[in-house]
Amino acid sequence: MPRKGILVDKPYGRLTREQVELIHQASMQILTDPGLISFNREAVDILHSHGAAVESIAGDRQSWRVKIPEQLVLNAVDSAPKTVKLGARNPDNTLIMHGDEPRVYLITGSETNIWLDVDFPTYVNKADPTREIRMPEFKPRRGTVDDLCQSAHVCEHLEMVDGYIRTVNIQDRDITEDNKDVNKFFASLNNNTKHFMSGLTSLKQLDNVVRMAELIAGGEKALEDNPIISFITCLVKSPLQFVDDTTETFIEVCRRGLPIVVSSSPQAGTTAPIKEAGIMAQINAEVLVGITLGQLVKPGTPVLYGSVPVRARMDTLGDSYGSVETSQYNIDCVQMARFYRLPNYSTSGVCDSKIPGQQSSIERLFSDIVVTMSGPQFLHCAFGLLDCNSVFSLLQAVLDDAHFKMIEFFLRQPRIDQPELEAMLKQVREVVATPQKLYINYIRPVLRSGEISGVYPFEGSGEVDDVFELAYERMNELLARPVEHIDRKTTARIFEEIPGILPRLNIYGSRN
Amino acid sequence: MSKDVIATIKENVIQGRKTQEDVGIDDSLTGTPGVVELVQQALENNIAPQVIITDGLTAGMQVVGEKFSTKEYFIPDMLASAEAVGTAMDIMKPVLESVNVETKGKLAIATVKGDIHDIGKNIVAILLKGAGYEVHDLGVDVPEEKVVEFVREEKPGYLGLSALLTTTMTEMGVVIKALEENKLRSSVKVLIGGAAVSNEFAQEIGADAYCIDAFQATKVLEEFEIAKA
Repeated sequence: MPRKGILVDKPYGRLTREQVELIHQASMQILTDPGLISFNREAVDILHSHGAAVESIAGDRQSWRVKIPEQLVLNAVDSAPKTVKLGARNPDNTLIMHGDEPRVYLITGSETNIWLDVDFPTYVNKADPTREIRMPEFKPRRGTVDDLCQSAHVCEHLEMVDGYIRTVNIQDRDITEDNKDVNKFFASLNNNTKHFMSGLTSLKQLDNVVRMAELIAGGEKALEDNPIISFITCLVKSPLQFVDDTTETFIEVCRRGLPIVVSSSPQAGTTAPIKEAGIMAQINAEVLVGITLGQLVKPGTPVLYGSVPVRARMDTLGDSYGSVETSQYNIDCVQMARFYRLPNYSTSGVCDSKIPGQQSSIERLFSDIVVTMSGPQFLHCAFGLLDCNSVFSLLQAVLDDAHFKMIEFFLRQPRIDQPELEAMLKQVREVVATPQKLYINYIRPVLRSGEISGVYPFEGSGEVDDVFELAYERMNELLARPVEHIDRKTTARIFEEIPGILPRLNIYGSRN
Repeated sequence: MSKDVIATIKENVIQGRKTQEDVGIDDSLTGTPGVVELVQQALENNIAPQVIITDGLTAGMQVVGEKFSTKEYFIPDMLASAEAVGTAMDIMKPVLESVNVETKGKLAIATVKGDIHDIGKNIVAILLKGAGYEVHDLGVDVPEEKVVEFVREEKPGYLGLSALLTTTMTEMGVVIKALEENKLRSSVKVLIGGAAVSNEFAQEIGADAYCIDAFQATKVLEEFEIAKA
C-alpha cells in the first residue's frame, strides 16, 4: 500500500484554462526564439539529431544556441510517464504520483550548509531577580554527517513526512568531493525507510550510489521495480541555459532509468522577468526542454516537472521565498504540470526568516497552505529550513510536521450526505427538547475517532508560550525512538563493495 | 456482590455512561447497565448510600479528574461523568434524606437579567451537580427579584451569577445590592463568572469570588466548604 498523502478534493488554481494555454504557447515560442543556450555538447547532439536547429556561439566557453521545434516537445510530453512511482526501503512508504490526480506528498529538503542547534538558557529579570524565563537560543554551525543521520532519523518518525531529501550538507573534515555522495546516500538510507531523493556532488559516484540502492532494494530488477532512490538535477540555469556538468549528470541518470526531477529555479526580477506572465512562460519552457532531453535519452524515463520559481528581494536581489508572489508562481506551475498531466515537484515553506519564530511561521504556513491546496504531487515543503534554504533546524521540522497535520485536516472532504444530515436533524430535535440545550454529549463519539481536529500539540499552559520547549521535547522523544536500519548482511556488502563510506557510519562495527 | 456493583459504578463513572444506552470512552461496557441502573440496583441490594457515593461515584470522578489533568480526558468526558453522577445523586436524594446523610451545599445559579447566554452556566451546573452539590438552575434572563425570592425561600449557601455581555454584567451588582437591601447578603456566598467579568470586577461589586471556569468554581466551593466545616 502506498502512502496516502493529502488528496486535494478541489485543487486551487489561479490560472484559467485560456491563460494556461497562452503560457504554453509563449513557452513554445521561447524555445524557438530565442531558443536555448547549451554548454553541454552531448545534449546539443541529442536534440540536433531529433530535429532541433543548432548554431555555435562564439565565446570563451563553447556553447550552442538550440532552437527546439514544438512537436519535439509535445512528443516528449507524450512519452513521459503520467504516473511515477517512487519506491522506499519500507514498501508501505511507496509514493505513487499520477499527473492528473492532486494527491500531495510532503517531502523534506533541501541541502543546507548550516545546522541550527537550540538551547534553553534561563534569563533573570534585572529589575526583579526573582522573575526568570527560559528562552530558546539558536546556535548555527556547519552541518556534519552525524547531523544528517539525526535529521533522517527524526524525519522517519515525523508522520506527515512522506519522503526524504537530505536536509544538510555534510562538511566533516573526512568528507571530500569523492566520498560525499556515498556518505550522504548511506547516512540517509540507513536512518530512514522512506523514499530518498538527492542531487549528485560528483557524477563519478553515480554508479556507486545506484549499486548501493540495488544492494538495499535486492538487486537491479528489484530497484527497477522499487526505485528507493531518485535524483534531482538543476540542468537548466535561468535564463534558458543547459549547464555542462549538471546536464551530463542528468543524461547519465536518465540512461539508468531511475526517476529524476527536471528542476528549474528562475528568480523573477533577475534571471526571469519580474512579471508573472514572463517568469511563467520562461520556467515552463525551461522545464519542458529538460523533459524533452530526458525522453530523447531514454523514452519513458520517469520525470517530475520540477518548478522552484522565486521572486527577488528588492533590498538584496537575493531570493525571497517568503514573498507571496513566490507562492503564486508555484501554484501556476502546478497548473502547468497538470495541463501536461505530468507529476509536479513544487516548493513551499521556504522562508526568509533566519530562526524559528513568528516570521518563520507566517512565511512558511502561508505558502504551505496555499501551495498544498493547489495539489502538486511532490511538494518539497522545506521541513525545518530557514534563511532561504541555507539553515536547517530539527526543531522547526518538528513544528512543521504539526502544522502540516493541521493543513491535512483542513483539506479533508466535507462529509455532507443524506444519512449524515438525517442523523444531524435527529440530534437537533433531541437537544432542543432538553432543558440545557447543549450538544456536548454528542462530541464524545467523534472525539477519539479522528473526526475532529486536536488541540495544538505544543500549546503552553496559561499565558506562557512553551511552543519551542514542547517541540524540543518532542524532537528528543523522536530521536530516542529506534529506526529500522539496513540489516547487518546488506550493510556488510555495502561496505565491501562501495568505497568511501565512513567506518563510523557502520552501526554494526567495522568487523560486522 | 456489593463490591462488584460499586466497582462497576466507578468504572461507568469513569466511562461517563449515565444509562445502558450510553456509549463510553470505548466499547468495553456497551450494552451493559450504566450508572443510573447500577445505583438503583445497589440501593435495592441495600448497599449503604455512603458507600455508593464514596467508593463508586466520588472514586470514579477522582479518576476522571486525574485523566483530565493529564489531558487524556477532555471537557465532554468530564461533563458526561459529572452528568452521570448528578443523575445518580438525584436518585439517591430521598434515601440520603431518610438516613440523614449530609450532602454538600445547595447552589442557585442564573444568567442575569438581559442576558440569555447560558453555555458556561450550564457547564458549571452539570459539573457542580456531579461534584455532589444540590444545584438549582434558575435559567437565563433572571431578574433580581426572582433571585432574591429564591434565596429567601430556599436558603442556598451559594449563588452563581453568569453574564457574557459587558452590557449585562452590571446586573450582577444589582443582584448583590438587592440581596443587601433584603438583608440576605450574609446568608449566601456569591460567585460570578462569564466572559465579560474579572476578579477586579468581582471585588468592585462585592462578590465573594470570581471563577474563570467550571473547574475553578468547583475549587472555590470546596474551599468555602472547608472553611465552613
